[in-house]
Amino acid sequence: MVTALLPVRVKQAVVRRRGKTLLGPVDLELGPRGFTIVLGPNGAGKTTLLKTIHGLSRLSSGHVKWSLPAAEARQRQGYVFQSPIMLRRSVRANLAYPLRLAGARQKDIAEAVEHWAGAIGLSGALDRPAPQLSGGEKQKLALARALIRSPDILFLDEPCANLDGRSMREIETLLQKAHDAGTRIVMSTHDLAQAQRLATDILFLFNGTVHESGPAEQCLRSPRTAELAAFLRGDILE
Amino acid sequence: MDDIWAGLAAAFRLIVTLDADLVEITLRSLQVSLSALAIACLIALPLGTWLAIRRFRYRRWAIAVLNALMGLPPVVVGLIVYLLLSRSGPFGVLGLLFTPTAMIIAQVIIITPLIASVTHQAMRDLWAEYHDLLISLNATPGQRILTLILDGRRALLTAALAGFGRAIGEVGAIMIVGGNIDHATRVLTTAIALETGRGDFALALGLGFVLILLALTVNLVTHALSRTEQEGRW
Repeated sequence: MVTALLPVRVKQAVVRRRGKTLLGPVDLELGPRGFTIVLGPNGAGKTTLLKTIHGLSRLSSGHVKWSLPAAEARQRQGYVFQSPIMLRRSVRANLAYPLRLAGARQKDIAEAVEHWAGAIGLSGALDRPAPQLSGGEKQKLALARALIRSPDILFLDEPCANLDGRSMREIETLLQKAHDAGTRIVMSTHDLAQAQRLATDILFLFNGTVHESGPAEQCLRSPRTAELAAFLRGDILE
Repeated sequence: MDDIWAGLAAAFRLIVTLDADLVEITLRSLQVSLSALAIACLIALPLGTWLAIRRFRYRRWAIAVLNALMGLPPVVVGLIVYLLLSRSGPFGVLGLLFTPTAMIIAQVIIITPLIASVTHQAMRDLWAEYHDLLISLNATPGQRILTLILDGRRALLTAALAGFGRAIGEVGAIMIVGGNIDHATRVLTTAIALETGRGDFALALGLGFVLILLALTVNLVTHALSRTEQEGRW
């Protein structure tokens, strides 16, 4: 299943807006397996990189090449935003939405909704308006909504920012399960402890370019670049 | 002052006794305005939503024109529809002049820009909120429009009510294209104008009260039916 969509190759990707280079040039390849954590200071281009690979940000030059045609590739990806976007509908309708878009059968939708509502602990809140949920509940719902179509690759943009420890643990558990089930995960975070817990490999971004990448253990224990070493020490990077 | 009180009393009596003329005119008003509203909504809701989500070269111009059309003078709309539907006009053969259909056409032209413009403004904000999610989920343009219309239903209800308010209270255009013919094209507003001119203030006031009552009732019923104002009912 996974091998059909991945690897994805990013070649000389550059994103410019209003004369300012936000990203690039970036060259990288994401293989079919792994839990990649994207690290970097504020403004390093983490969100832009994730959105560019996913197709939400327009490239100024370069390209992102999936192993499948773009339209089909998008169907098999998921994205979780830093600030969860809730449809102005019930929890049930939010969960069902991606499956409805894909034209799934009513029975399959109902089963999947029940399953994922249970997985995120919202079985008793299926008919509550999603915008009225707490921050942690919204983020779990956004994650379940992204996972409900069993994406081959899931992008997460700092999904645990501003969440309490319990919500963070629940989200990490869900992510680990998805990873174990074969979903390729690419996630940005500021939290080094979280990176140590989850990452199989690291992408370190600074000033819009990939300064260092490699297996998590190597990058986190013996960084090759001075910038990553400084970031890991907690220094302020400019 | 006595005339006004006498008029009010007579108007109240007409309403309570369900005067046949009053009922007939009221029902025709509703038929014309609700038909025009339904047709205008079918055009304006998708159009306003489409303008909010679609980027194209002359989009700003299109929005500016739409907003400008909101200020169309009804009398001029009536005149244009009259010319189009008159015997010598391009659609004269249809024989629609001085019929409720002609009145509906005029009202559709008047209220469609209003509903589309209010829809566009509301959908623009909702689209800004939903944009990344709907693109990420690979929603087709049709699915995006449908999602925005469903989730923005409160704002669209407001747009529709604004359209209904304008339609039911409109007099200039429908007077021209309808002709204010008794038992055929006479509606509340044209009847009020006629009865005021004839000095029959009782009927004019009665019709006026019904007009106000209708506008208030339709607003309240629509809100109740939509159930969107109730906490927790989604």
